[in-house]
Amino acid sequence: MATEATMKKPPRRWHIGVFLLPAFLIYTAIMILPLAGTLQFSLFRNIDQHQTFVGLENFRTLFGDPRWADGFWNALYNNVIFFIINMLVQNPVGILLAALLSSSKLRFSAFYRTAIFVPTILSFVIVGFAWKLILSPLWGVAPDLLNMIGLKSLFSPWLGMEKSALVTISLISVWQFIGIPMMLIYAALLTIPDEVIEAAECDGITGMSQFWKIKLPLILPSIGIISILTFVGNFNAFDLIYTAQGALAGPNYSTDILGTFLYRAFFGFQLQIGDPNMGAAIATMMFLIILVGVGIYLFFVQTRLRRYQF
Amino acid sequence: MSRATSSLPRTVAAHAVLIAYTVIALFPVLVIVINSFKSRGAIFRTPLALPGPQTFDLIGYATVLSQGNFPLYFWNSLVVTVVSLFLVLLFGAMAAFALSEYRFRGNTLMGLYLALGIMIPIRLGTVAILQLMVASGLVNTLTALILVYTAQGLPLAIFILSEFMKLVSADLKDAGRIDGLSEYTIFFRLVLPLVRPSMATVAVFTMIPIWNDLWFPLILAPAENTKTVTLGAQLFLGQFVTNWNAVLAALSLAILPVLILYLIFSRQLIRGITSGAVK
Repeated sequence: MATEATMKKPPRRWHIGVFLLPAFLIYTAIMILPLAGTLQFSLFRNIDQHQTFVGLENFRTLFGDPRWADGFWNALYNNVIFFIINMLVQNPVGILLAALLSSSKLRFSAFYRTAIFVPTILSFVIVGFAWKLILSPLWGVAPDLLNMIGLKSLFSPWLGMEKSALVTISLISVWQFIGIPMMLIYAALLTIPDEVIEAAECDGITGMSQFWKIKLPLILPSIGIISILTFVGNFNAFDLIYTAQGALAGPNYSTDILGTFLYRAFFGFQLQIGDPNMGAAIATMMFLIILVGVGIYLFFVQTRLRRYQF
Repeated sequence: MSRATSSLPRTVAAHAVLIAYTVIALFPVLVIVINSFKSRGAIFRTPLALPGPQTFDLIGYATVLSQGNFPLYFWNSLVVTVVSLFLVLLFGAMAAFALSEYRFRGNTLMGLYLALGIMIPIRLGTVAILQLMVASGLVNTLTALILVYTAQGLPLAIFILSEFMKLVSADLKDAGRIDGLSEYTIFFRLVLPLVRPSMATVAVFTMIPIWNDLWFPLILAPAENTKTVTLGAQLFLGQFVTNWNAVLAALSLAILPVLILYLIFSRQLIRGITSGAVK
């Protein structure tokens, strides 16, 4: 190829620029520059109607002023729990469902696949509100259901109680997004060649041990991608909490995560006036958290994953 | 699992687990839709029963259609989604073609630069995006949303499509070049039709978050005539929170169009995903 190119000495290849330019321009103007702008904005503060450079002053306020710091640490803590529940429930259950679906002789698998993916296509508004109604003690759906299996005494308004609200919201998020790990793992399992599976069977490795010893190592890269998608998605979440619990992420901020905290800082709520500079500072912290997480993944996990080519 | 392992108890267990999860996945949706057709009393008395002749009532739908401006919201959502999707697919495919087809200086760097957006959510740039839109007078226009969603969709689209375009046979393209086709004709006439299945996958992955987004409509275009259906439903639900008929009807109206679209495209989606790129 290289020698060919030098032999022909092609003229300037304008078409490369033409192909790249629209995507490059829109992406740079609407995504990269605003991200950079937000980072920069976090170093300024509005003093006497003028944006004045204040260095790291906003971050000092964020971590030093208890009114901000408490909120931030609370949101970060909740966000970590939110992420852990998503990782521990959504991904293993998604993998289990995908493993069951990928058995070649299973009937109705197209139906199951389609049905289980339905919550993923619904908007947060629907999901948040639908669950709010279903779990509401005003409407008897959840207590009635528990009554049917004789567990009515277990019911309580989970979304309304400080102790259980965050776990409940996390599980609703799991319910909504389980389709994504399921689909991606399902696709990965289908790409494992039959010869590999047949060879395993010849060696007497079947059923569960076949899954653990043969299939799981082969789909580890996909599990890695799912984990990182879950991480980025969870630390960027906002909509579900906003629709189910409101911008105040009640009760008593027990479901407040970084996304809702950013929203309140930026736009204000009730008695507090919105402060774009503090919003930018929080967005910068979220940016750093995501960057560190992705970095850890890329350097410590990605490089150790073994990929197999068939 | 193949023949050797597909014993009866195992199959039954697999079906049991899948049926159980299917019920969990569909139950909330069904409860909402079923109850939206019932009278207020029946909603509370027998929430789990199907609407019968005595309990059937469309009052909720009547309220929604008379109160909310839903046809307009729906139209706004449709315009924003379709136009952004078109731009993401067109510009994304063009950039993916440039990156996968040509060797030029900075190719890898450009690829990495464009992939950055997969990991970093555009939402974190909201503060500056809002300022940008205010400065250019685009607040409360659908254009603002379309621009943001196009930028948001491009990184993943470019990443997936360039993986697929690497698979298009080089001989075919070279044959086209020998026949004197321009690079543009090769792209639009030869390559694009061949990557159609992967375009469908990208389309679904791009479309769902755009249609469902609440953040940017709330911040960039909250005016009455630019509200999207997601934002409109959110505000409507907030106002009518005690009118259960209306709330359930509004939720059902928001669910059904997406559900129908999904059922139409689900075959394409599975084929696209399982054909390779998103491994």
